[in-house]
Amino acid sequence: MSGILKKPRQKRVWYQALGALAINAWLPNWLTGQIFQGNIKGVCVPVLNCYSCPSALGACPIGAMQTLFGGLRFNLSIAEKKFGLYVLGLLGTVGSVVGRMPCGWLCPFGFLQELMHKIPTPKLRVPRFFSYFRYIFLAVLVVALPLLIVDQFGFGQTWFCKWVCPAGTLEAGIPLVLLNQGLRALVGFMYYWKVGLLALFLGWMTVSRRPFCRAVCPLGAILGLFNKGSLFRMAVDDEKCTLCNKCRNDCPVDIKIYESANSPDCVRCLKCMDSCKYGAISYEFLTKQEVAEDFRIEKAA
Amino acid sequence: MKRKLPWVLLAVFLVLMVAGLLLGEYRMVLEKAVTVCLDCIGIG
Repeated sequence: MSGILKKPRQKRVWYQALGALAINAWLPNWLTGQIFQGNIKGVCVPVLNCYSCPSALGACPIGAMQTLFGGLRFNLSIAEKKFGLYVLGLLGTVGSVVGRMPCGWLCPFGFLQELMHKIPTPKLRVPRFFSYFRYIFLAVLVVALPLLIVDQFGFGQTWFCKWVCPAGTLEAGIPLVLLNQGLRALVGFMYYWKVGLLALFLGWMTVSRRPFCRAVCPLGAILGLFNKGSLFRMAVDDEKCTLCNKCRNDCPVDIKIYESANSPDCVRCLKCMDSCKYGAISYEFLTKQEVAEDFRIEKAA
Repeated sequence: MKRKLPWVLLAVFLVLMVAGLLLGEYRMVLEKAVTVCLDCIGIG
């Protein structure tokens, strides 16, 4: 590694830790078992972070999206014009600029998965076709069911939060139930289902790289769609790439960037730029361009 | 066209976001976010 000053990507773990803390900065609530209720909480964060986490300062975009879709039919029935444009627009804005980069740099649940994967255990690759499942979770649990299955008043449920989201269980379910006696009395099948699912995901993260992000996360599915059309772009120079696969071996989402530089699976952590010793990988953002260092070029003395 | 696409996307989604804000969707998200989500914690 040349130079004393590290590039931001070489300190990414600190960005991830600070991101997790900044998004969940209202720490006193961890003592009281309450949730933060300030007016800024309507701001959606571009990462999967449960708004019922005691210290969460912002709203989870996937929870907000389900709420807006779930309330759409009722709102239309009373001529209330609320279509979910705010959340969709916010995610599209972030995606148009950096694509899936928040997943790699800010997401607390992504960070947890990377930490868990450091536990020494036998490792397993996630089959590539699992990536399609996250679109199914998005289409079915986040969009279709909240819209289609409604109660007598016209309200749909937040299906993904209710049946799947392990981030909600970890960040909100377990702490709130531990801290609130009233909630403890309500624990039943659903709670044990979600805790069991969380345990499964925690186990999966130790053996596979960011499996939730790749196979389940509906937010990753949305932001990933922008990777090919965002202002921030990755590129691979085919002439320099030797297909050594070092980038894939170091990649937190196990992708072959040399096959698709702006794959929807890529979380844009830029780790591959340090892995590549041949200067084959580069990124471009607005007027800034950086190319991985080519270690074959002899340095001037 | 490839160079213009991100700017077009950005403009479209910014307009959508502002439209959502003008329609009062922020308040709706806020109301949900400041209430303990029983579905999220496995009790709903």
